[in-house]
Amino acid sequence: MADVIKRNKALSVNPLKASQPIGGSLATLGFNRAMPLLHGSQGCTAFAKVFFVRHFREPIPLQSTAMDQASSVLGADENVVEGIRAIAEKSKPDLITILTTGLAETQGADVHRNVREFRAAYPEFADIAVVAVNTPDFVGSVETGYAATLTEIIRALVPDAKTAGTEVGRRKRQVNVLVSYMLTSGDLEVLQLIFEQFGLRPVFIPNLADSLDGCLTDEDFSPVTIGGTHLSELATLGDAIATVVIGASLHTAAQVLEEKTGVPTYQLNHLYGLKANDALMSALMSISGNSVPERLERQRAQLQDALLDTHFMLGQLRVALAADGDLLGAFVDLLQETGVEVVTAVTSCNVPLLSHIPVASIKIGDLEDMEKLSVDNKVQLIIGNSHAVISAERLNVPILRAGFPLYDVIGGYAKTWIGYAGSRQTLFDLANLVINHAHEEIPIYHSRYAQKPANETVAPSCH
Amino acid sequence: MKSNKDIAELLDEPACEHNKKEKSGCAKPKPGASAGGCAFDGAQIALLPIADVAHIVHGPIACAGSSWDNRGTRSSGADLYRYGMTTDLTEQDIIMGRSEKRLFHAIKQAVDDYAPPAVFVYNTCVPALVGDDLNAVCKSATEKWGVPVVPIDSAGFYGTKNLGNRIAGDAMVKHVIGTRDPDPLPESDINIHDVNLIGEYNIAGEFWHVLPLLDELGLRVLCTLSGDARFREVQTMHKAEVNMMVCSKAMVNVARLLQKNYGTPWFEGSFYGITDTSAALRGFANAIGDDDLIARAEAVIAREEAKIRAALKPWQERLKGKRVLLFTGGVKSWSVISALQDLGMVVVATGTKKSTEEDKARIRELMGEDTVMIEDGSPKALLKIVADYQADILIAGGRNMYTALKAKIPFLDINQEREFGYEGYQGMLELVRQLALTIESPVWQLVRDPAPWKRVEVSHG
Repeated sequence: MADVIKRNKALSVNPLKASQPIGGSLATLGFNRAMPLLHGSQGCTAFAKVFFVRHFREPIPLQSTAMDQASSVLGADENVVEGIRAIAEKSKPDLITILTTGLAETQGADVHRNVREFRAAYPEFADIAVVAVNTPDFVGSVETGYAATLTEIIRALVPDAKTAGTEVGRRKRQVNVLVSYMLTSGDLEVLQLIFEQFGLRPVFIPNLADSLDGCLTDEDFSPVTIGGTHLSELATLGDAIATVVIGASLHTAAQVLEEKTGVPTYQLNHLYGLKANDALMSALMSISGNSVPERLERQRAQLQDALLDTHFMLGQLRVALAADGDLLGAFVDLLQETGVEVVTAVTSCNVPLLSHIPVASIKIGDLEDMEKLSVDNKVQLIIGNSHAVISAERLNVPILRAGFPLYDVIGGYAKTWIGYAGSRQTLFDLANLVINHAHEEIPIYHSRYAQKPANETVAPSCH
Repeated sequence: MKSNKDIAELLDEPACEHNKKEKSGCAKPKPGASAGGCAFDGAQIALLPIADVAHIVHGPIACAGSSWDNRGTRSSGADLYRYGMTTDLTEQDIIMGRSEKRLFHAIKQAVDDYAPPAVFVYNTCVPALVGDDLNAVCKSATEKWGVPVVPIDSAGFYGTKNLGNRIAGDAMVKHVIGTRDPDPLPESDINIHDVNLIGEYNIAGEFWHVLPLLDELGLRVLCTLSGDARFREVQTMHKAEVNMMVCSKAMVNVARLLQKNYGTPWFEGSFYGITDTSAALRGFANAIGDDDLIARAEAVIAREEAKIRAALKPWQERLKGKRVLLFTGGVKSWSVISALQDLGMVVVATGTKKSTEEDKARIRELMGEDTVMIEDGSPKALLKIVADYQADILIAGGRNMYTALKAKIPFLDINQEREFGYEGYQGMLELVRQLALTIESPVWQLVRDPAPWKRVEVSHG
């Protein structure tokens, strides 16, 4: 299990980390008619917006409490209350999340109290859900910010089984599915099909496949998300037959959901590779009582065949991975199934999962660390986000783009990675990247005595 | 942290027309209904193109983590500006008061590992609020590590992007300009004159359409602040004979202070469009007042204009009369209008939210008194104007790209992050190509038409 190596330098160069407010915003954007409100200065929101727009190539609803000099020094309670009111009045969303930034937390903001003040002052907006979350950017990463926000949304908006009178299994086919930030819209679409093949109806929480899947709508413009998990569905979670959680980072969110609803939880860390998907099949068999559908058996066999075909290129391949915890763990498992050696693993912040990931060591750091370690470890391929492309160029090795953000490719946000089929495609992609690149060719040798035609003769080397 | 007085001084810009208004420059942002960047954003945009400097963002991760390496500016050599550097402050740093110490060592690390000619340190909200003494850290780092370390006190909450531009300019004037004399002039049979460009960012390398012409005229560009610039070039800006403020007034304080401190005259110009590019070349020649230069400039202008007008002819036929809604956030409005008018296009309305009074006057001059000026840049308002004025295309910053596309409206990006260069005579060819590409594209019909099974029967008669 991995030795986690802490950050040991003052300057972070070429950061891998994206901030907690970004993660919190992402979680919020997976709900229908939602608006994230970052409590900080205008730039906090502007930067986050550019980040998302470049990744998703979509308009992104995101607002700011617009702290200025005076409110930063004297207190910004009014900014929060006024910000919520302005959004409630203008955009009439179903959900507003207040996500704090480092600025607001340093100043000593209490956003939970601000929400109560808003409720007291503006009872006319009582039907709009408002959830406050502490997501300062001086701790954690996009992964922890996403998880914290999902946890708080569940805590605030999923009713207690006792008071709401929900009953486990009343909806025999409904399965609640908590999904980590690492699942793309393409992943969720495939996952939905898999559930349906078992005769189950998944309710994704959140559902970025319905809000940020790159879809042209009839509406010209909407100030809030179109699509995503409907808040009304949160009231039904207690009637589901089971909850499936995908992503170790969602452990707390899952716990809160189970405490509230009593619905039993199936925890999976990811859906990359053969074993992980076998675990999903087992869970769905046990939940549905059905056997594995033939089509999925077929896809499993296809993945097995791909493992055989690609192990020649991928076996002993020396790979560097730069990703947040959940995704890092997923890739390590997938890669190790093919005999890849993950010789460099870099992540942005420490999370409990890291020490359980089966590699020698994981460095908490940045892409400069990844680059330096890759040189030391003679890495042959890199897996990382678009920022790592330039590192790969400097190292002269191929890169598989994965994670956040992906801005130098089209459709990266929608790529399907999961399932037997997605895992198979990833193996193909990896093999194609190295097929002509990492293979170490024997240098050509010219014999001084050879009788090759004159135009092929090279000057004999002098010794 | 800057005091209110410091900020007020920066906002008080005598060379800016907004000053005459009661409320200077930048209106107070409204919580829950605001758009646009912060002072840090503005400062970083203004200086990041200085390619060989180590740009360190002092703050927690959100400031640098979401913004590094995302500008379209290009360098002809050094590439240190593409490295994202940040102190990535942690909770412990802030609670224990260790952020100054971290910064001090971060500067050393950058100097040791990357040997930059200078380090720029951008202050952000959190260290400003906890009271890090940026100037003191930079000063002692300069002494200790032997490399100029320039403080750029640009906490986001100080104000808008525009204020950030000025903070950046102010830092250059205070700490960098005037610290080195230019290299000796090369041998030449024409008189060579030293000039600067202020506010030229070399987006997508577009300034390289213009620079060969300046070279030909014997205008040595000491420095463009800041596209493809190097630290040693910025140092020499005080020795120019004339400065050109390119397009916007964002760093007008630099031009004004250089005039005040060194007596350098400046003029405002743009390289967008044929008319403005020629005007800029004349601007240099006239300001310098060298008769030989004036004559040679006219010859180059005549030659280049004839060449580009011939090349544009087939495109003009295709674009003539097309209606444009221009929403640039204001800064470059008038210069782009002139470029579009050169093409025979009709600008039906333009954004002026960030324009200065002088910009607006110029827009009126170009488009007539009753021109539509858009203050409300919300997506909804923009789409309404597109519909009301039957615009064929929206030209705006990348932020509005998806607003247009989702509403199935042709779009052209003209901001920082774009991938195409439109400056100079040559740039016009790229501009027309991009305009025609989107306006004439077959996709608009395909995305606007309903699916065949959803088409409503149209009654005949």
